[in-house]
Amino acid sequence: MKKSFKLIDLDCANCAAKMEAAINKLEGVKSATVSFMSQKLTIEADDDIFDEVVKKATECIKKVEPDCTVKI
Amino acid sequence: MSKKQKNSLLRIIIAAAIFAAGMFVPEGERFNAVWFVRLGIFLAAYFTVGWDILWRAVRNIAHGQVFDENFLMTIASVGAMVIGEYSEGVAVIIFYQVGELFQSVAVGKSRKNIADMIDINPEFANVERGGVISEVEPDEVEAGEIIVVKPGEKIPLDGEVIFGASGLNTAALTGESAPREVSVGDEVISGCININGLLKICVSRPYSDSTVAKILELVENSSESKAKTENFITRFARVYTPIVVIGALLLALIPPLFVGCWGDWVYRALTFLVVSCPCALVISVPLSYFGGIGGASRRGIMIKGANYLEALYGAKTFVFDKTGTLTEGSFEVSGIVPAGISENELLAYCAAAERFSNHPIARSIVEAAGENIPEAENSEEIAGYGVMAKVGGKTVCAGNIRLMDKVGAEHIEPDCTGTVVHTAIDGRYAGYIVISDKIKSGAADTVSALKSSGAKTVMLTGDRKATAEAAAKEVGIDECIAELLPDGKVKKVEELYEAKPAKSALVYVGDGMNDAPSLARADVGIAMGGLGSDAAIEAADIVLMNDNVNNIYTAVKIARKTHRIVMENIVFALGVKVLVLALTAFGLGNMWAAVFADVGVSVIAIINAMRAMKN
Repeated sequence: MKKSFKLIDLDCANCAAKMEAAINKLEGVKSATVSFMSQKLTIEADDDIFDEVVKKATECIKKVEPDCTVKI
Repeated sequence: MSKKQKNSLLRIIIAAAIFAAGMFVPEGERFNAVWFVRLGIFLAAYFTVGWDILWRAVRNIAHGQVFDENFLMTIASVGAMVIGEYSEGVAVIIFYQVGELFQSVAVGKSRKNIADMIDINPEFANVERGGVISEVEPDEVEAGEIIVVKPGEKIPLDGEVIFGASGLNTAALTGESAPREVSVGDEVISGCININGLLKICVSRPYSDSTVAKILELVENSSESKAKTENFITRFARVYTPIVVIGALLLALIPPLFVGCWGDWVYRALTFLVVSCPCALVISVPLSYFGGIGGASRRGIMIKGANYLEALYGAKTFVFDKTGTLTEGSFEVSGIVPAGISENELLAYCAAAERFSNHPIARSIVEAAGENIPEAENSEEIAGYGVMAKVGGKTVCAGNIRLMDKVGAEHIEPDCTGTVVHTAIDGRYAGYIVISDKIKSGAADTVSALKSSGAKTVMLTGDRKATAEAAAKEVGIDECIAELLPDGKVKKVEELYEAKPAKSALVYVGDGMNDAPSLARADVGIAMGGLGSDAAIEAADIVLMNDNVNNIYTAVKIARKTHRIVMENIVFALGVKVLVLALTAFGLGNMWAAVFADVGVSVIAIINAMRAMKN
């Protein structure tokens, strides 16, 4: 499954790059992109673990930029 | 400006005012009253503008983000104060915040510009249900329902006009300003704006399958495919910051062991930290591509990702499909060669016989004859041969050579290119009509522009050799491969793909009808006339919304301009940073130069990146 999420208050391009790198390292993530320009996170992962992956990805984002929230 | 940005601006202004006031206070002796007043003023300015940076630095370090820029800026500014450079410590933070604010406004603005450019999403649909017209969301309307579109409104769904006539503005989709005239029976596409007449439209598919939804999806997803340069820069940023920080540490610790002057070396090290932020690089690359894609979409060129824009820059082989790409795909009478009768008579007889046929070639003959067509009866189509009909008591046969042989008419061998229709009247040969596909205006210019930039051009077609070669000659294409079967095209594309120069890209341009495999095989697949063709939108990497062949070269130009801007930004940002680092290491730089290398470069790179959007 592939799904996009809107990122609110993603303020720095370098942070977006850091988030992307961190999320791509998560287990179960096939591919992930964080686009600073369109303020979007796109994750591709297997269906059965998708929700868990999204949860972990949200944690990664919070870790890099605590002000940034993922709109689910 | 958003609330957050206004808030930030206010803080910057207040802090700058306090800071300016502090500059008027004389420095005074260390630890006497005046000195404390001055320090107090600077600290007030510092906390007004920088408290959030300090807070984030503390919070992020707790999360293990060592090379976080908030943290680096905090160390640099606090460090500067500790060694007695109060004004510089405050100024660094103020300018950093100015830069951040500017960056946020500029990025927000370009994002909005691009969103406006592709503002094709309809807000509502006027649906007619049981004689009552009501306003609903476009996705609530089902296929087969009737919608009403008033002048000035956006057509919310794809469908067929069942009442009214109007001009449609398709600029948002195709970049073309000339209105498209539609009337009863015409297909209309969502996203166009109805200019002057009331239209009733029978919806042909639900919103989720509509043209608008497809295009929006394409644009939305375009940020997923990043260019190689962008990935390279983000990877580079990950090593750049640690290296500069380590450099700073070494600079603060090693030289003083030999030459002393701890304060000086610490100051230089802190200056390094200010330069260590990779922001200018990291932001300017995606912003340039984003701008390039946005600027292209305004001209009716939809690009599915920055990687395709980047590949298009490096394209050295352009493969074109012939029909519908370099040619109109519609047929026209290009020559009439009568035998024993006049040209007009031949055309009139032939048209009369062909009148009831729906074949595109027959239609073009009927069109060429205009009003001058006699009545025909007993018209009969003979599959694989042509047509036969009674015209004014005479038996007219129009078709290929086999038909002529069949009726025993002695024909002549045509010396021309294009499709030939022979005519026999009462069994006697009366001549032939040549029908050819018209070369698109601009096709020759496009090909010569591509060739002059060093690219190889190839044309693939299923047409017979003579026709194909004539077309190839007219547009000036390098290589022409004719008489290909549909699966032969993709095989040929494979061969060309193997033969292309190393590290260059192969571009395939087709109309998306039968060449989806070739579009997919190429590095960059460009589909022409995507408007209304789902297959093309799906198979291609770049979709030209209209049939204008000039847009191929426009896309190449946008790709080149974007690439140039990206390179300028990388060279400029890295150049300034390296220069400032070098100057600083030798004691020639200062924190002001470092602030410029960080924030100033960032701002200039952003302004430069935004040029990619403009044409």
